[in-house]
Amino acid sequence: MSDSISLKSNNKNLWGGGVEPFKASYGKLMMWFFLISDAFTFSAFLIAYGVIRLKHPAYEGALSEFNFSQSYWPVPEKVFEAFPFFHGVELPLVFVGLMTFILILSSVTMVLAVEAGHRMDRKGVEKWMLWTIVGGFTFLGCQAWEWSHFIHGTDLGSRLLDGSIIYGANLQINQYGPPDFAAFFFFITGFHGFHVFSGVALNFLIFYQTTVGIYEKRGHYEMVEKVGLYWHFVDLVWVFVFTFFYLI
Amino acid sequence: MLEPESSFVTPKPADKSKIWKIWKVAIILGVVTAAEFYVALQFPESWKDFKLLLFIGMTFIKAGYIVGEFMHLAHEKKSLMWTILIPTVFVMWLLGAMVIQADAIYQAIYS
Repeated sequence: MSDSISLKSNNKNLWGGGVEPFKASYGKLMMWFFLISDAFTFSAFLIAYGVIRLKHPAYEGALSEFNFSQSYWPVPEKVFEAFPFFHGVELPLVFVGLMTFILILSSVTMVLAVEAGHRMDRKGVEKWMLWTIVGGFTFLGCQAWEWSHFIHGTDLGSRLLDGSIIYGANLQINQYGPPDFAAFFFFITGFHGFHVFSGVALNFLIFYQTTVGIYEKRGHYEMVEKVGLYWHFVDLVWVFVFTFFYLI
Repeated sequence: MLEPESSFVTPKPADKSKIWKIWKVAIILGVVTAAEFYVALQFPESWKDFKLLLFIGMTFIKAGYIVGEFMHLAHEKKSLMWTILIPTVFVMWLLGAMVIQADAIYQAIYS
């Protein structure tokens, strides 16, 4: 018996129990392992997108003469060029860019909340968590607008070979290009949007528990760190979606 | 249950240099995103492969700062860092395998 006690104290057997070999708490480690598995899921989506895209012919002509067709994969910057209240103005990727900035900023406010938590600064955590929640909601609002615009389509629509004109996109038809393009748009941005939504819900929970003083009584703000990891991951995924779905 | 708070915990003073470091990372992320825009909209269309390379490079710079600084992974124990980073080689393998596969499918259909 004396052996197991000495194991804890002299640290001879790092993986024998009783110590934290990674110097990270159980909860934080499990959050990391969950995020790795979630990263695999998102990678699978993006790689599947790449396969289906490469399987279709690419648009070869000049960008200025681009129009929507079912026979080649669309150029993303020609699809995503609308901006709220600027109807008819071509603003390629500006709205997605704005969404990227909003998400990065809400990641920054999250780091500031974690930093305030380290100093046991309850008012600071409350303030920065609130800004993070505002950022998350703004991003979700932007995404709702973008989905709505994508679904309803442009004024002119797109003419099919049989002469009929289709507007917008859903899981069957797609005015912007092959139906697979719309399916991947809904799937990838939708799955990411659902992560943002759960992130906002978790952030709100943390904000509430901070305001009623639960973490102050507990003596540490580690929950803010754990949910922070998740929130940064959502931002990280968006960085990849932005590049591989919108830019390339 | 939740009695009105009379909190007597005095927060430690903020370390200005630490907070400045956070904003510095934020500025880097913003600048790289702006650069991505510039490349996407201003570089000539014919530089397709070069643009692709730039986009991937800049994405990994941003990912590095988010994971390393914001998620604090660069300052964790090295064993934890590699436990998280090494499994991503499987993603690289899948990407490589599937790009080859996709090209084969394209060739089978169109040539």
